[in-house]
Amino acid sequence: MTSGGFFERLQMGLWEDNPGLVQLLGLCPLLAVTTTLVNGLGLGVATLVVLACSNALVSATRRWIRQEIRIPIYVLIIASLVTCIELIFKAWFPALDRSLGIFIPLIVTNCAIVARAEIFASRNPVGASIADGIGMGLGFALLLMAIGAFRELVGQASILSGFDMLIGGEPFAGFSFADSGLLLAILPPGAFFALALAVALKNSLDHRRRRERR
Amino acid sequence: MEFIRREAPYLAPKVDVASMMLQVLVALIPAALAHVWYFGPGFLFNLIIASIFCVGSEALMMRARGRDPRVALADYSALVTAALLAFALPSLTPWWITATGALFAVIVAKHLYGGIGFNIFNPAMAGYVVILVAFPMEMNLWVAPRMGDIDYVNLTVLQTIVYTLSGSLPDTLGFDAISRATPLDAMQSGLRTMRTYAEIRTNPMMGDFGGRGWEWLGNFFAIGGSWLLVKKIIRWQIPAGVFAGLLVPAGLMFIFDPSTNASPGFHLFSGATILCAFFIATDPVSAATSPKGRFIYGVGIGFLIYAIRKWGSFADGVAFAVLIMNMATPAIDYITRPPIVGHKSEGRER
Repeated sequence: MTSGGFFERLQMGLWEDNPGLVQLLGLCPLLAVTTTLVNGLGLGVATLVVLACSNALVSATRRWIRQEIRIPIYVLIIASLVTCIELIFKAWFPALDRSLGIFIPLIVTNCAIVARAEIFASRNPVGASIADGIGMGLGFALLLMAIGAFRELVGQASILSGFDMLIGGEPFAGFSFADSGLLLAILPPGAFFALALAVALKNSLDHRRRRERR
Repeated sequence: MEFIRREAPYLAPKVDVASMMLQVLVALIPAALAHVWYFGPGFLFNLIIASIFCVGSEALMMRARGRDPRVALADYSALVTAALLAFALPSLTPWWITATGALFAVIVAKHLYGGIGFNIFNPAMAGYVVILVAFPMEMNLWVAPRMGDIDYVNLTVLQTIVYTLSGSLPDTLGFDAISRATPLDAMQSGLRTMRTYAEIRTNPMMGDFGGRGWEWLGNFFAIGGSWLLVKKIIRWQIPAGVFAGLLVPAGLMFIFDPSTNASPGFHLFSGATILCAFFIATDPVSAATSPKGRFIYGVGIGFLIYAIRKWGSFADGVAFAVLIMNMATPAIDYITRPPIVGHKSEGRER
């Protein structure tokens, strides 16, 4: 795999090789926490930071890590980073931390992160790895936010509810459009439907673009 | 010169999707009339709304997929989906709920999987489950059936239309005044609050087998279903399997402990058991196709219905049972492939 420039890495992560839409990795948090835009944003940013840092560390230490035990070492690196993130969340965003619950520590098991360490960071220099981590993390975070916004809009007929969890202050119920939404979107099946629709949308856009190019 | 080759069977019956679907619709007429008699005219409005949205979305999806909408509309399958959905709904259902179910059934469950012949899940049941999960309160508003000796309050035709269009009841009637627990609801909550089966049966809403009024509806489904059996539109294996899968465990449990288990007769004549056995489980697309497979598929549905009614959180489990067994259909068909002509063993081994 060639490392390429920063923007190429960014484009790979955001669209061509998006961890959620194309690689279908990290589905557990993707499906579980995306009930609102703010939840999606919180977990997305946390994953982005962990992914960029873990890619940097794995890439920097790639010459000393033995092949046979590389996965446990990746997990160690990722787990320490996740612990830092978790403590930061607990200190500065306690409400958001309560809302996301177990899914912050569970970033350790997000296979998108291990996959990037294994596929990219362990074979590329530090700069390219950081770019890759930022691209992939941004792609994942934006997808989380998009699905969160969609489910919140359809399921609760509101947007940005719980925004106070980010900036503090009074509890904020969001900008509401109607009394109630389609409850299904908030329930777990709604996450599967939303993800399937997002993947279908991406495929159809790609398909259309390929046809136009011809 | 063209040489027309003749092969057996020489008298091929005319079987196409349109005539099959049309006969299914005809077979549903007795039950439709009975439904209107027992539960008021709401069923007709639900049927009209479901039909409009099913047929409309079918045409739209065919157009969006670049095909001729007339092909899909000519086979009446969208109307069958609409009819089955309407039978599943309470007779008083606001139109947007019916529309949501119909749109989901046709757009997501049918056309996103490739249209008729390719849908894994029974479209009507998928649409029903979506609205059952999304609108739990409205979907549990069942009125009491028309039977002489219960205080029977039902809406007039005009009030039904107003409710269907606006979702609001006339000022003089509250939800509590017209809605009744269904027999399955009453039985499930009764048994779970430690009342015995015999005790629950003394409630005036209970009839000979199931709920008063409710139990009669099953007979009308059975009439239509028997006609389909005679016309060989459906085969006997699936209905037999559903009944066996439901009644055998229900019977064994009832023999084991008749106070904390409902009788097999109650299970047979309550909820959507008979509708499911003859009309829903026999959907030719999403059901298993080999003769042995059909029976296994039916038994699975029957047993799941029993399990959900007995241990589940929903009062009736027909829709969930059908969807779960739809998922098992490919495996059932694979296991029960009939032997290849000339081979004694099952087709799988060679």
